[in-house]
Amino acid sequence: MTLTKADIIDVLYNNGFSRKQSVRLLESLLEIIKSNLEKGDSLLISGFGKFSVREKGSRIGRNPKTGEEVIINERRIVSFKCSTVLRDKINGIQ
Amino acid sequence: MNKSQLIEALAKEENLPIKKAEEVVETFFSDMEKALIKNQRVEVRGLGSFKIKEYGGYHGRNPKTGDVIKVTPKKLPFFKVGKELKERVDIHNYR
Repeated sequence: MTLTKADIIDVLYNNGFSRKQSVRLLESLLEIIKSNLEKGDSLLISGFGKFSVREKGSRIGRNPKTGEEVIINERRIVSFKCSTVLRDKINGIQ
Repeated sequence: MNKSQLIEALAKEENLPIKKAEEVVETFFSDMEKALIKNQRVEVRGLGSFKIKEYGGYHGRNPKTGDVIKVTPKKLPFFKVGKELKERVDIHNYR
């Protein structure tokens, strides 16, 4: 079983939002999260974790199939660090 | 940006009372949290997916004192960034 957007929309609907509004609000929330990260700003959700944007320098990689060396360009990536509160809950530590 | 700033941004964007925006944000993160605690996968298209990865225990060493430390097995959520977010964050699209 995988939790998807549809499940989150169902919960919002059961909490009293209309179907249409539930979809709209979730999409709007996701857009705010994404554009914030796009700007390079991190997102800290206490009790859940932190999403941050990291800059990775260019490096020489290798095609594992052919062994050919390729230049991997510098890039920006999103990384997630789980909060210790959530980590303990996942590991059954109270 | 933190959670309360996210709530404010949503309230402003959608012209919602803060309380309602808070409900949406809390629902979103608590649903994901509950799923992960149950060892369920989470998939939010455009943003990314989470799954629980299990790490085995090992004997580590305190590099300062040289003491052997037993690291117990643990579970951690692993986040894989979604295609849309990955492309939007990447430097080449940003610049």
